[in-house]
Amino acid sequence: MITAKAGAELSAKIVAQLKPGYHCNSDKPSDEYLIPLKLTWTPAPLEVAGIVYPKPQMEKYTFSEKPLSVYTGDFEIVTRFKVPATAHLGPAVLSGKLRYQACTDRMCLPPKTVDVSLPITVVK
Amino acid sequence: MSTIRLLAIASLAFVGAATLSTTGCSNTSAAAVKPEKDRKVAPDFTLKDANGNLVKLSDYRGKVVLLNFWATWCGPCKIEIPWFIDFQQQYRDRDFAILGVSFDDDGWKSVKPYIEQKKINYRVMIGTEELSTLYGGIDSLPTTFLIDRTGRVAKMHMGLVGKDEYQSEIQDLLNGKQPAKAGSLLSPGRFAFIRAE
Repeated sequence: MITAKAGAELSAKIVAQLKPGYHCNSDKPSDEYLIPLKLTWTPAPLEVAGIVYPKPQMEKYTFSEKPLSVYTGDFEIVTRFKVPATAHLGPAVLSGKLRYQACTDRMCLPPKTVDVSLPITVVK
Repeated sequence: MSTIRLLAIASLAFVGAATLSTTGCSNTSAAAVKPEKDRKVAPDFTLKDANGNLVKLSDYRGKVVLLNFWATWCGPCKIEIPWFIDFQQQYRDRDFAILGVSFDDDGWKSVKPYIEQKKINYRVMIGTEELSTLYGGIDSLPTTFLIDRTGRVAKMHMGLVGKDEYQSEIQDLLNGKQPAKAGSLLSPGRFAFIRAE
């Protein structure tokens, strides 16, 4: 359980791990048709001050004419939250969704959205 | 800083793909089409194409059909599409047809511009969950079925396959034995062509 002080900021890190041989598109894919990695949070009870995606790798694949902006292996996404001074005190759960679409060099998996949650306690 | 761990975010779908690979599909440069006795009927379906016209797979009996499941977000699929455009052009007079089924979440919004941009010359439809289930659950793209003139699956490919491999399999099927009742499904002119072979 994370303690969030009203009026302060806190950061949460999501650690993702792709299986060897897989990649997913970065938050800013190289092609308009590609599906970006995207993390979204339900606004309450904290405010999202910013989401920091890792620096993508530019990788060339059999199917791509030019290198693609991707993530592979382990990577982290950091979210900075602002705790409103008026936030309701006590326990709460931050809910988010991470959407991604993964491929290998020869095939792609359908886009997927996974739920993420972070239990917190807001204190004075 | 607090940490949330999402381990192996591609793993579930990967397990699905591995399961399918045991059912006779190929993602390597193996072999030719299945012997006729081992072929199973391709599940029938009816979907609308980009012009709103109905496409019913069973209407293609008598033709060799390449049924390709793809999506605009799938890089490997986009390598194959120009090959399919070539095949459609090359074999259009030989009772051959390509049917593309896209699994884009936003349907025609992404697919219609792509068809126009790439000048796709074969019929494209939007896939459904039901269709995916009929075909064993399409867990990865591209997935392609080669269907013989009797409507049976002669080959399944999961993943990117070489153009030469497709070409060889299409030719095998086009040169294969005609179904007994094929003549009744074809135009008189084409029937005459088949009898001449």
